[in-house]
Amino acid sequence: MVISTGMSAVTEIPERKAELTGETVGNIRSDHPFMVAEDVNVYYGDNHAIQHVSLEIGKKEVIALIGPSGCGKSTFLRCLNRMNDTIETARVTGNITLDGKDIYRKEQDPVALRARVGMVFQKPNPFPKSIYDNVAYGPRIHGLAADRAELDNIVHSSLERAGLINEVKDRLDEPGTSLSGGQQQRLCIARTIAVNPEVILMDEPCSALDPIATARIEDLMDELCEDYAIVIVTHSMQQAARVSKRVAYFHLGLLVEVDETDKIFTNPQHKLTEDYITGRIG
Amino acid sequence: MQSTTLILLLGLMAVTAFYLGRGRSLSLVGGHGHGLALHSLPGYYGYYVAIWVALPALGLLLLWVLIEPRIVVALVVNGLPESYQSLSVGELNLLVNNIQNLAAGDVISVDVDEVLQNAASQFTSYLEKSRQILAVLAVGVAGLAGSFAWRRIHPDLRARNRVERVVRWFLIAASSIAIFTTVGIVLSVLFEAIRFFQEVPVTDFLFGLNWSPQTAIRADQVGSSGSFGAVPLFAGTMLITAIAMVVAVPVGLMTAIYLAEYSSTRIRGIAKPLLEILAGIPTVVYGFFAALTVAPWVRRAGEAVGFEVASESALAAGLVMGIMIIPLVSSLSDDAINAVPSAMRDGALGLGSTRSETMTKVILPAALPGIVGGILLAVSRAIGETMIVVMAAGLAANLTANPFEAVTTVTVQIVTLLVGDQEFDSAKTLAAFALGLMLFVVTLFLNIIGLSVVRKYREQYD
Repeated sequence: MVISTGMSAVTEIPERKAELTGETVGNIRSDHPFMVAEDVNVYYGDNHAIQHVSLEIGKKEVIALIGPSGCGKSTFLRCLNRMNDTIETARVTGNITLDGKDIYRKEQDPVALRARVGMVFQKPNPFPKSIYDNVAYGPRIHGLAADRAELDNIVHSSLERAGLINEVKDRLDEPGTSLSGGQQQRLCIARTIAVNPEVILMDEPCSALDPIATARIEDLMDELCEDYAIVIVTHSMQQAARVSKRVAYFHLGLLVEVDETDKIFTNPQHKLTEDYITGRIG
Repeated sequence: MQSTTLILLLGLMAVTAFYLGRGRSLSLVGGHGHGLALHSLPGYYGYYVAIWVALPALGLLLLWVLIEPRIVVALVVNGLPESYQSLSVGELNLLVNNIQNLAAGDVISVDVDEVLQNAASQFTSYLEKSRQILAVLAVGVAGLAGSFAWRRIHPDLRARNRVERVVRWFLIAASSIAIFTTVGIVLSVLFEAIRFFQEVPVTDFLFGLNWSPQTAIRADQVGSSGSFGAVPLFAGTMLITAIAMVVAVPVGLMTAIYLAEYSSTRIRGIAKPLLEILAGIPTVVYGFFAALTVAPWVRRAGEAVGFEVASESALAAGLVMGIMIIPLVSSLSDDAINAVPSAMRDGALGLGSTRSETMTKVILPAALPGIVGGILLAVSRAIGETMIVVMAAGLAANLTANPFEAVTTVTVQIVTLLVGDQEFDSAKTLAAFALGLMLFVVTLFLNIIGLSVVRKYREQYD
């Protein structure tokens, strides 16, 4: 990786912030902002889980959220499609907009929002239905297909885009649970893109998969980011470096640093970021 | 010596043996702090010796108690004068009974003569002697076996493995008690039922439409021919069960759905214990609730809209039985719904399903096998339920599908056939066993189907 920092970077030892102030270093802005979070706070009862996080998520980019366990990255992810609504004690303040509109405004139906902001979970969770019905589930509940032929089309193209079609085209009637772990996760991705969302949230999508299945999903992300904004939570530095354009480092509920992936991994501005990516904490 | 004293003594010996065994194992390796030189923890050596002390002695005790009466009786009978030796088996049994009762100081059925008095005192003295021998033998066996075990203690003795093997046999014995009891019940019901079917053909019983269980004392008696067609009873049982399920399944299922998916933690915390109270009400209380409150209400409500309703109706009994089963259905369904991994819920919500879509399209289909299994268990509970129907459904064996009429069920008839003085060689009494057998077979099949449905589909997840 090449960084164009000029001569000074070679001679000067970069001065890094060491303390946890709640201020985010780096650049939270995106060139083509699509989802914008401003001063987001999440409380679980009395626990202030996310504190004053502001972040822009751009169109057609993969942004990786990294940080030690319990740092709030998954919580932040679940704010973006209001999955936190299902937790009784959770309370969200601040502002999150999707394409300029506040997703926490009164008129916003969280159900409609989740159709636009899809989610892939840590553990593959296909429904106990056939492969076909798994993918057709979203289009059916949202009435995306006028007839069976159109539904067939959506299912096929979604499976194709998830890179699964060749493996399952002769067994669409078999239960989704009969697939291997990696195939199940790609089925879940197919299920998500069948609804035609604008943003895809991925919560450690590869943590239950072997390296080969992981590589396939990472390739898939490369292709999908042509059309979608992807936010991925990951514990793997290598994965963040491979798939993302930008990286956001969370620590104890604070967004410590956001920047281009190259910059974060070669020249982090914050001491905590450096400690984490070099393996000293986390 | 009393056998309770003997058992206490053996217990005491076992406790002593435990400490002796533990002490010896420790002293063999040089006391506390050298325990690693032993194969097992010191306590296991203690248990090892204690088991050797207690088990053989208790086994001897059990065996003795089983065979002692036969031997003592045989000795007493041998001692009787010549004239008694030629009695028939039945008369001899009666005589022995009288001797035993006399020895125990009870009232007996014949005048006490000298022979009887002698025999009774002989019986007592034999028994006393036998107990003395037993006490000496048992304590001796315990001591011998204990010292044998004590001497075998050695740092290399695999005491833990041996103790655990004994414990495993105890566990197997405990778990087989329930199984053998079931087998015993089935066999006893089966043999009585076979006796019944020798008097009444199976086909008459299974397909007969008239239930009027009586046997004549004189040949020319009115109603001398009893008829044992059980169809009206099965029909009545099914009718009441169906009414109960119509009440219990929707209410129970909707309760479960609300509690599992929609209610707040606070409401769930209040509602669940309340439902469990409903499950804890004795069925006899439900019974008089049905007979005194619901049945009159059903009759008035029916008459208000122009139906003729019997004061004891299938509807009243079925309604109350349904209410009784609600907690069973709701808690089993609740379990089934909660057993669906929350990842399913998240997955469905994450795709933009509403709560009700998540429930009807993902969670219920996933939980369905468990729910069906729960419902089948509830059906078998309803079929076997007795108290409510005894009090509220009536005794008339009407073959009807009209819920406003009085019907009777298999369980009610079993109760009425077996209440009061009985002669166990009449078809009337034996009919109860045939009905019981039918009931057992039907509920057994429902349970097997229910449990296997639950098990088969549970494997689909994780």
